[in-house]
Order: sequence, then C-alpha cells, then structure tokens
Amino acid sequence: MTVETSTWATKKGLAQMLKGGVIMDVVTPEQAKLAEDAGAVAVMALERVPADIRAAGGVARMSDPSIIEAIMDAVTIPVMAKARIGHFVEAQVLEALGVDYIDESEVLTPADESNHIDKHAFKVPFVCGCRNLGEALRRINEGAAMMRTKGEAGTGNIVEAVRQLRDVLAEMRRLRGMREDELFAAAKELGAPYELVKQVAADGKLPVVNFVAGGISTPADAALVMQLGAEGVFVGSGIFKSEDPARMANAIVQATTFFDDPKKIAEVSKGLGAPMRGIALEEIPDRERLAVRGW
Amino acid sequence: MRIGVLALQGAFREHLDTLHAIGVEGVRVREPADLDGVSGLILPGGESTTMRQLIERWGLRQPILELAERGAPIFGTCAGMILLAREIAGDEPPTLPVLDVTVERNAFGRQLDSFEAEVPVPILGDRPVHAVFIRAPIIERTSPEVDVLARLDDGRIVAVRERNILATAFHPELAGETRFHRLMATMAAEHDDPGEGSGRRPHPTRRGRPAR
Repeated sequence: MTVETSTWATKKGLAQMLKGGVIMDVVTPEQAKLAEDAGAVAVMALERVPADIRAAGGVARMSDPSIIEAIMDAVTIPVMAKARIGHFVEAQVLEALGVDYIDESEVLTPADESNHIDKHAFKVPFVCGCRNLGEALRRINEGAAMMRTKGEAGTGNIVEAVRQLRDVLAEMRRLRGMREDELFAAAKELGAPYELVKQVAADGKLPVVNFVAGGISTPADAALVMQLGAEGVFVGSGIFKSEDPARMANAIVQATTFFDDPKKIAEVSKGLGAPMRGIALEEIPDRERLAVRGW
Repeated sequence: MRIGVLALQGAFREHLDTLHAIGVEGVRVREPADLDGVSGLILPGGESTTMRQLIERWGLRQPILELAERGAPIFGTCAGMILLAREIAGDEPPTLPVLDVTVERNAFGRQLDSFEAEVPVPILGDRPVHAVFIRAPIIERTSPEVDVLARLDDGRIVAVRERNILATAFHPELAGETRFHRLMATMAAEHDDPGEGSGRRPHPTRRGRPAR
C-alpha cells in the first residue's frame, strides 16, 4: 500500500472539514480551551489579538513558539498560527512546531515587499488573505490551500469584509458569463494565471475553500457573510474583546450553522452583553490599514 | 428514497454531491424535523467536538438514536465515525453510541501526518478505495458483532460495519468514490422494503433504553 503524506488533497481537505465552522483567535491555552468548548472548529494561536496589535503599533511578528506549543497541547482541534507575508523562515519554524495550518497574514508586518511565501515548498497547508479574485488566485497559484477575505482586522467593523467578499463573488460571476476567448484578457486584467481563471469560469467557485475574516463581532455578522456566500468565518478580536467571550463564541458558532434561519439567530443573540466596541473605517488612516498589505 | 446528511458543520456538501452523483436524493439535516421521511443518515467529516455540541444543543441526539434503532443505515466518515463510537480513547464522552468500537481521535498525529492511500475494501470489489485520511481517527477495538471492512498494511482498522451502522476513518467523499454511498443506498432500500422473510431486526448492540 503506497502512502503519501501532505498531498494537495489532504491540504485542501482539512479546509473542507472546517467549512461551516468558526476559527477563533486565542492568546492563551485557557482561551483555546474556552474556544474549543464553545464549538470552534480550529483556533489561531497568537501573542496578541489584532485589536491589540493595532493598538500597540511597531513591528508585529510570528508569536513566541512556547505560546503556540502551549495552545497545541491544550486542545484537540486544529491549531493555526500566523507568519509574516514573505517570511518563509517564520513559516519553516511553524512547520517545525507541527501547527496544522499556517496563515500568511497581513495582520503581521510584511517581511517582503514583492514576494509571498512559496507555499508549494511546505508540507503544512497555508491559508492566505485576499481582497479580490486576482489576489486570491495569485495566492492559490503560490500554493495556498485555503483562502479568506481579509476584511479589516481588529476593527470589529464588518464593512470591509462585506465589500471584499462581494467583490470576489461578483468577479467570479463575471468570469462565468464570459466567452472562452475573453478569459485571456480577463486573466491579464486580474493579474492571475490563465489556467486558474479558466477553472473558476468553469466551476463558478474558487478551487479552495473560502472563509471570511476581519471585522466579525456578532452572530448576525457571521450569518451575514454566510448568507452572502462565505464557507466559514474567522473571528479575531470579536470574541475575547466582547463582554462575555464564552457566550459570544458559542452564539457565533450557532449563527454560523443556522445562518439562514433568522429565528435561531435571534434566539442565540439574546443577552450576550456588549460586543467589542469597534472602529469606524474613516477613523483609520490609510497607512494603518492592514488589508492593503499583500501583492 | 431520501438520505439525510447531517449539515451542522463540515464537509456535508461533498456527501450531498456524491449522493446526487449516484441518483439518490440527499437532504440537509440540522434539526429533528429534517429527519422526517429519511431512509438513512450520513454523518460527515468535520470537527467532532463542534458537531457534538450542536447535536446536543438542537436536540438531535434522541431522534438519531431512534433512527438507528429502527434499523435505518447510518454512515459516519472520520468525525462522523467518532460520533457513532461507543467509546472514545481518553475518556471523552460518546455522542451517539450505536457502534460498538473504541476509536482514538487524531490517531496518526497532526495535519502533517495526513495522507492518501489505496485501501483494499473486499466487500466493495477488487478495485481498492482511494482513501484520504485527514487528522484521521482509528478503530482500536471492535466487539464481535462488528465486521471489519478495511485495514491498513499495519493491521489498523479503518472501516467497519455493524448491521445498519457503517463507518470509515477516511473520506470517500473527497476522492470521487461512490461505492460506500451505493452500499448505503442499498441498505436503505432494504430497510424501507425488507422483502419476504427478512424481518425487521432490533439493533444488535442496544441494551435497554438508549443512553441520554
């Protein structure tokens, strides 16, 4: 019996198993356990949640490996961790630790101004952020096995996530209506490989699972992006910056499953306490926006 | 005939697509009323801890146990197999203990140890199953009532059947494999219309009232 590990099917397949679920940012083993008990399908092990990274300023890097290991020991669900854009050595370190997924993330300060990590070179799968279809297909071409729209992390504001998800889906619908000879120009316009553009035009969907991240802070936010067409959600600061993290986490899990059932969303939204405060996008100067990182 | 697919979380779309490919109507099951009129149920891959929590929260445990007790086929893949197991190594509580086995979660290690292999499954014919194992569980112990359907080269058990309960540690639905779903559809058809002399059998491992 030939056995092959870390194949494209296993990399992409883990993301398929996470569908319809909530991936939560955690900074301690206790938070990881709380997330698991609340029904998270995976956790993102971090030193600081994006809202605190934003507040702290300076250079944001990969988390201390001891924090990641402590979180891996605390839960049985998959553990993800973030590497800086283009920082393939941080990714090598995370692979050596044995994390289940690496997020090449705009939330950290980019390490390379033109190149992302060659993700085909790794055995561990990668999730990457995107704002539009071209960016998504460039990341998939580099080997990303899962995508997420970026939103604007650490704001508690869903507006960017909605804009980006609508953009990605609208661009896919546009491709679907094209003649085959128009796809060459479309590929050029998107800055994406023709083969992937052709595949999206034929299937009407990305070749990998697509989640939404950046700004989800209530059950209704999660249900909104699910109804728009997300396959699952990342919740960063939205849980542990809320008044009652355990209840908020569980309510977002329920709303992600029953995203098209307003009565159930109403039921799980009752008495959750205050969500994270949030920031209007206009209050964030352009140079402090995270979503524009990545090329 | 309609087959339900538990659609709380995980790769349920892939199972619905596989059912569609073999011409069987699949329906999403998220709450007890969705089970009305189904001839069988598939528990997909996903995170078993998440699915267990949602099964309990929305009152699905009892109706699924009753469906199993009536003899309707239940097919669990990966996390679905964990949900069906009577025992889980490490003292985790069982969810729908209708399959008399002990499973070990994440038995091969972390995601880096996920793999694909050609696994012989004699009851499905000579052609092996292309099996995708993702952070997969393994079956450590089986009761005498349980038929072992497939093993890895090292002897570890990765597919079993106990009367109407079918379970695989791997994902046939990710590799375009339809034979498990066809087997399940055949079991469902037999359950719906047992035919002369076959008789309805009680569930072999259920003793008294199902556990709450």
